[in-house]
Amino acid sequence: MFMYEKKLQYPVRVTNKDVRMAKAVLNQYGGADGEASASMNYLTQRFSMPLNETKAILTDIGTEELGHMEMVATLFKKLLKGATRDELIAAGMGGYFANHETCPFLLDADGVPWEAKYTQAKGDPIADLYNDMAAEQKARATYENLILLTDDPLVKDTLRWLREREIVHFQRFGEGLRLVEEYSTNKRHF
Amino acid sequence: MVNYNRTSQRFNQQQEMLLEIQKLQFAALDTALYLDTHPNDPVALYRHKMYTDQLKQVKDAYEMQFGPMTIFSHEVGDNWRYINSPWPWEI
Repeated sequence: MFMYEKKLQYPVRVTNKDVRMAKAVLNQYGGADGEASASMNYLTQRFSMPLNETKAILTDIGTEELGHMEMVATLFKKLLKGATRDELIAAGMGGYFANHETCPFLLDADGVPWEAKYTQAKGDPIADLYNDMAAEQKARATYENLILLTDDPLVKDTLRWLREREIVHFQRFGEGLRLVEEYSTNKRHF
Repeated sequence: MVNYNRTSQRFNQQQEMLLEIQKLQFAALDTALYLDTHPNDPVALYRHKMYTDQLKQVKDAYEMQFGPMTIFSHEVGDNWRYINSPWPWEI
Protein backbone atom coordinates (compact mmCIF):
# COMPACT_ATOMS: atom_id res chain seq x y z
CA MET A 1 0.00 0.00 0.00
CA PHE A 2 1.00 3.65 -0.15
CA MET A 3 1.55 6.10 2.65
CA TYR A 4 2.41 9.76 2.85
CA GLU A 5 5.38 11.30 4.61
CA LYS A 6 4.88 14.97 5.44
CA LYS A 7 7.97 16.49 3.84
CA LEU A 8 9.40 17.19 0.40
CA GLN A 9 12.06 14.86 -1.00
CA TYR A 10 14.35 17.86 -1.59
CA PRO A 11 13.85 21.53 -0.58
CA VAL A 12 12.00 23.76 -3.05
CA ARG A 13 12.80 27.47 -2.80
CA VAL A 14 12.37 30.52 -5.03
CA THR A 15 13.93 33.99 -4.81
CA ASN A 16 10.99 35.86 -6.33
CA LYS A 17 7.55 35.24 -7.73
CA ASP A 18 7.65 34.53 -11.49
CA VAL A 19 4.29 33.84 -13.14
CA ARG A 20 5.79 33.08 -16.54
CA MET A 21 8.05 30.43 -14.98
CA ALA A 22 5.15 28.94 -12.97
CA LYS A 23 3.32 28.36 -16.24
CA ALA A 24 6.40 26.68 -17.71
CA VAL A 25 7.12 24.34 -14.76
CA LEU A 26 3.51 23.11 -14.77
CA ASN A 27 4.64 21.13 -17.81
CA GLN A 28 6.48 18.73 -15.49
CA TYR A 29 3.29 18.25 -13.46
CA GLY A 30 0.68 17.48 -16.11
CA GLY A 31 2.63 17.39 -19.37
CA ALA A 32 3.23 14.33 -21.56
CA ASP A 33 6.73 13.79 -20.15
CA GLY A 34 5.91 15.07 -16.67
CA GLU A 35 6.04 13.43 -13.28
CA ALA A 36 2.39 12.28 -13.28
CA SER A 37 2.92 10.43 -16.57
CA ALA A 38 6.13 8.85 -15.26
CA SER A 39 4.55 7.71 -12.02
CA MET A 40 1.43 6.24 -13.63
CA ASN A 41 3.61 4.52 -16.23
CA TYR A 42 5.86 2.72 -13.76
CA LEU A 43 3.27 1.92 -11.10
CA THR A 44 1.12 0.31 -13.81
CA GLN A 45 3.83 -1.54 -15.72
CA ARG A 46 5.25 -3.25 -12.62
CA PHE A 47 2.35 -5.75 -12.65
CA SER A 48 3.72 -7.42 -15.77
CA MET A 49 7.40 -7.50 -14.76
CA PRO A 50 8.89 -11.04 -14.71
CA LEU A 51 11.78 -10.36 -12.31
CA ASN A 52 11.84 -9.20 -8.70
CA GLU A 53 14.54 -6.66 -9.54
CA THR A 54 12.32 -4.93 -12.11
CA LYS A 55 9.15 -5.20 -9.99
CA ALA A 56 11.11 -3.40 -7.27
CA ILE A 57 12.71 -0.71 -9.43
CA LEU A 58 9.40 0.22 -11.13
CA THR A 59 7.63 0.31 -7.76
CA ASP A 60 10.27 2.48 -6.13
CA ILE A 61 10.87 4.88 -9.01
CA GLY A 62 7.10 5.17 -9.61
CA THR A 63 6.72 6.09 -5.95
CA GLU A 64 9.60 8.59 -6.07
CA GLU A 65 7.86 10.28 -9.02
CA LEU A 66 4.84 10.94 -6.80
CA GLY A 67 7.24 12.85 -4.54
CA HIS A 68 8.47 14.77 -7.60
CA MET A 69 4.87 15.72 -8.47
CA GLU A 70 4.68 17.21 -4.99
CA MET A 71 7.94 19.14 -5.55
CA VAL A 72 6.80 20.52 -8.92
CA ALA A 73 3.42 21.51 -7.47
CA THR A 74 5.23 23.26 -4.59
CA LEU A 75 7.47 25.09 -7.06
CA PHE A 76 4.39 26.19 -9.04
CA LYS A 77 2.68 27.45 -5.88
CA LYS A 78 5.77 29.35 -4.69
CA LEU A 79 6.38 30.96 -8.09
CA LEU A 80 2.82 32.31 -8.03
CA LYS A 81 2.84 33.52 -4.43
CA GLY A 82 1.95 37.21 -4.28
CA ALA A 83 1.29 37.55 -8.03
CA THR A 84 -1.04 40.40 -8.95
CA ARG A 85 -3.97 40.30 -11.36
CA ASP A 86 -2.00 42.26 -13.94
CA GLU A 87 0.99 39.92 -13.67
CA LEU A 88 -1.22 36.84 -14.16
CA ILE A 89 -2.88 38.38 -17.23
CA ALA A 90 0.44 39.59 -18.68
CA ALA A 91 1.91 36.07 -18.40
CA GLY A 92 -1.11 34.52 -20.13
CA MET A 93 -2.48 32.96 -16.96
CA GLY A 94 -5.80 34.83 -16.84
CA GLY A 95 -7.71 31.85 -18.17
CA TYR A 96 -5.87 29.49 -15.81
CA PHE A 97 -6.76 31.70 -12.83
CA ALA A 98 -10.43 31.78 -13.87
CA ASN A 99 -10.50 27.99 -13.82
CA HIS A 100 -8.15 26.98 -11.00
CA GLU A 101 -7.05 30.16 -9.18
CA THR A 102 -3.43 29.29 -8.22
CA CYS A 103 -4.02 25.59 -7.51
CA PRO A 104 -1.76 23.28 -9.52
CA PHE A 105 -3.75 21.31 -12.08
CA LEU A 106 -2.76 18.48 -14.44
CA LEU A 107 -2.04 20.58 -17.54
CA ASP A 108 1.04 21.13 -19.66
CA ALA A 109 2.62 24.58 -20.16
CA ASP A 110 0.14 25.29 -22.98
CA GLY A 111 -2.91 24.29 -20.95
CA VAL A 112 -3.43 20.86 -22.57
CA PRO A 113 -4.96 18.53 -19.93
CA TRP A 114 -3.16 15.35 -18.86
CA GLU A 115 -4.46 12.10 -20.32
CA ALA A 116 -3.83 8.38 -19.98
CA LYS A 117 -2.56 8.35 -23.56
CA TYR A 118 0.68 9.77 -22.14
CA THR A 119 1.31 6.40 -20.47
CA GLN A 120 2.20 3.01 -21.88
CA ALA A 121 1.81 -0.50 -20.49
CA LYS A 122 2.46 -3.00 -23.24
CA GLY A 123 2.55 -6.02 -20.95
CA ASP A 124 5.90 -6.81 -22.54
CA PRO A 125 8.71 -5.98 -20.10
CA ILE A 126 11.32 -5.21 -22.77
CA ALA A 127 9.00 -2.85 -24.65
CA ASP A 128 7.99 -1.16 -21.39
CA LEU A 129 11.54 -0.70 -20.11
CA TYR A 130 12.70 0.82 -23.42
CA ASN A 131 9.70 3.14 -23.16
CA ASP A 132 10.69 4.09 -19.61
CA MET A 133 14.30 4.83 -20.55
CA ALA A 134 13.01 7.12 -23.32
CA ALA A 135 10.60 8.75 -20.85
CA GLU A 136 13.47 9.58 -18.46
CA GLN A 137 15.50 11.13 -21.29
CA LYS A 138 12.51 13.23 -22.39
CA ALA A 139 12.00 14.45 -18.82
CA ARG A 140 15.75 15.18 -18.55
CA ALA A 141 15.55 17.28 -21.73
CA THR A 142 12.47 19.15 -20.41
CA TYR A 143 14.26 20.02 -17.17
CA GLU A 144 17.20 21.34 -19.18
CA ASN A 145 14.81 23.54 -21.18
CA LEU A 146 13.21 24.79 -17.95
CA ILE A 147 16.67 25.60 -16.48
CA LEU A 148 17.32 27.79 -19.56
CA LEU A 149 14.04 29.64 -18.98
CA THR A 150 14.95 31.05 -15.53
CA ASP A 151 17.69 33.17 -13.96
CA ASP A 152 16.65 32.40 -10.38
CA PRO A 153 19.50 30.35 -8.78
CA LEU A 154 17.13 28.70 -6.27
CA VAL A 155 14.70 27.58 -9.00
CA LYS A 156 17.66 26.35 -11.05
CA ASP A 157 18.88 24.36 -8.04
CA THR A 158 15.57 22.48 -7.67
CA LEU A 159 15.34 21.87 -11.42
CA ARG A 160 18.94 20.65 -11.59
CA TRP A 161 18.26 18.19 -8.79
CA LEU A 162 15.16 16.84 -10.53
CA ARG A 163 17.18 16.55 -13.77
CA GLU A 164 19.79 14.45 -11.96
CA ARG A 165 17.11 12.05 -10.75
CA GLU A 166 16.05 11.42 -14.36
CA ILE A 167 19.61 10.35 -15.15
CA VAL A 168 19.76 7.98 -12.16
CA HIS A 169 16.39 6.48 -13.11
CA PHE A 170 17.55 5.99 -16.72
CA GLN A 171 20.60 4.12 -15.40
CA ARG A 172 18.50 1.82 -13.13
CA PHE A 173 16.01 1.07 -15.94
CA GLY A 174 18.92 0.20 -18.21
CA GLU A 175 20.17 -2.30 -15.64
CA GLY A 176 16.64 -3.70 -15.32
CA LEU A 177 16.42 -4.06 -19.09
CA ARG A 178 19.71 -5.99 -19.18
CA LEU A 179 18.43 -8.40 -16.50
CA VAL A 180 15.14 -8.95 -18.36
CA GLU A 181 16.94 -9.52 -21.65
CA GLU A 182 19.21 -12.13 -20.05
CA TYR A 183 16.18 -13.78 -18.48
CA SER A 184 14.27 -13.78 -21.78
CA THR A 185 17.16 -15.31 -23.68
CA ASN A 186 17.27 -18.20 -21.24
CA LYS A 187 13.58 -18.72 -20.58
CA ARG A 188 11.55 -17.68 -23.58
CA HIS A 189 10.12 -20.27 -25.98
CA PHE A 190 8.02 -19.41 -29.02
CA MET B 1 8.53 -18.00 -12.33
CA VAL B 2 6.99 -18.15 -8.86
CA ASN B 3 9.77 -19.00 -6.46
CA TYR B 4 7.84 -19.46 -3.23
CA ASN B 5 5.79 -22.35 -1.87
CA ARG B 6 2.20 -21.47 -0.99
CA THR B 7 1.74 -24.57 1.14
CA SER B 8 4.80 -24.11 3.35
CA GLN B 9 4.53 -23.31 7.03
CA ARG B 10 6.69 -20.26 6.45
CA PHE B 11 4.29 -18.92 3.82
CA ASN B 12 1.33 -19.43 6.15
CA GLN B 13 3.12 -17.67 8.97
CA GLN B 14 3.97 -14.77 6.68
CA GLN B 15 0.33 -14.46 5.63
CA GLU B 16 -0.85 -14.49 9.24
CA MET B 17 1.59 -11.74 10.18
CA LEU B 18 0.62 -9.70 7.13
CA LEU B 19 -3.05 -9.96 8.06
CA GLU B 20 -2.24 -8.73 11.55
CA ILE B 21 -0.32 -5.77 10.10
CA GLN B 22 -3.22 -5.01 7.75
CA LYS B 23 -5.69 -5.00 10.65
CA LEU B 24 -3.58 -2.73 12.84
CA GLN B 25 -2.63 -0.42 10.01
CA PHE B 26 -6.26 -0.06 8.95
CA ALA B 27 -7.29 0.71 12.53
CA ALA B 28 -4.53 3.34 12.76
CA LEU B 29 -5.44 4.80 9.37
CA ASP B 30 -9.15 5.03 10.07
CA THR B 31 -8.46 6.64 13.44
CA ALA B 32 -6.09 9.10 11.74
CA LEU B 33 -8.78 10.13 9.25
CA TYR B 34 -11.06 10.86 12.20
CA LEU B 35 -8.25 12.81 13.92
CA ASP B 36 -7.67 14.87 10.77
CA THR B 37 -11.07 16.46 11.35
CA HIS B 38 -11.10 16.08 15.18
CA PRO B 39 -7.46 16.81 16.14
CA ASN B 40 -8.22 17.25 19.88
CA ASP B 41 -10.34 14.15 20.50
CA PRO B 42 -8.71 12.37 23.50
CA VAL B 43 -10.29 8.96 22.88
CA ALA B 44 -9.21 8.92 19.24
CA LEU B 45 -5.71 10.06 20.24
CA TYR B 46 -5.46 7.23 22.76
CA ARG B 47 -6.64 4.64 20.24
CA HIS B 48 -4.27 5.90 17.56
CA LYS B 49 -1.37 5.62 19.98
CA MET B 50 -2.40 2.07 20.93
CA TYR B 51 -2.76 0.91 17.31
CA THR B 52 0.49 2.49 16.12
CA ASP B 53 2.42 1.02 19.08
CA GLN B 54 1.12 -2.47 18.29
CA LEU B 55 1.68 -1.93 14.57
CA LYS B 56 5.33 -1.04 15.13
CA GLN B 57 5.90 -4.22 17.16
CA VAL B 58 4.31 -6.56 14.60
CA LYS B 59 6.00 -4.80 11.71
CA ASP B 60 9.44 -5.00 13.34
CA ALA B 61 8.96 -8.74 13.93
CA TYR B 62 7.77 -9.25 10.33
CA GLU B 63 10.66 -7.32 8.82
CA MET B 64 13.20 -9.16 10.95
CA GLN B 65 11.92 -12.45 9.57
CA PHE B 66 10.90 -11.64 5.99
CA GLY B 67 12.85 -8.51 5.10
CA PRO B 68 11.98 -4.83 4.66
CA MET B 69 8.38 -3.83 3.81
CA THR B 70 9.56 -0.39 2.72
CA ILE B 71 12.82 0.83 1.26
CA PHE B 72 13.40 2.92 4.40
CA SER B 73 13.43 -0.08 6.76
CA HIS B 74 16.60 -1.78 7.97
CA GLU B 75 17.74 -4.91 6.18
CA VAL B 76 19.20 -7.01 8.98
CA GLY B 77 20.23 -9.82 6.65
CA ASP B 78 23.11 -9.89 4.14
CA ASN B 79 20.94 -9.46 1.04
CA TRP B 80 18.17 -7.01 0.10
CA ARG B 81 15.08 -9.21 0.72
CA TYR B 82 12.76 -6.31 -0.12
CA ILE B 83 12.67 -7.52 -3.74
CA ASN B 84 11.71 -11.12 -2.86
CA SER B 85 8.47 -12.73 -4.06
CA PRO B 86 5.65 -12.80 -3.38
CA TRP B 87 4.78 -9.20 -4.30
CA PRO B 88 1.28 -8.10 -3.23
CA TRP B 89 -0.28 -8.99 -6.60
CA GLU B 90 1.21 -12.50 -6.52
CA ILE B 91 -0.33 -13.74 -3.28
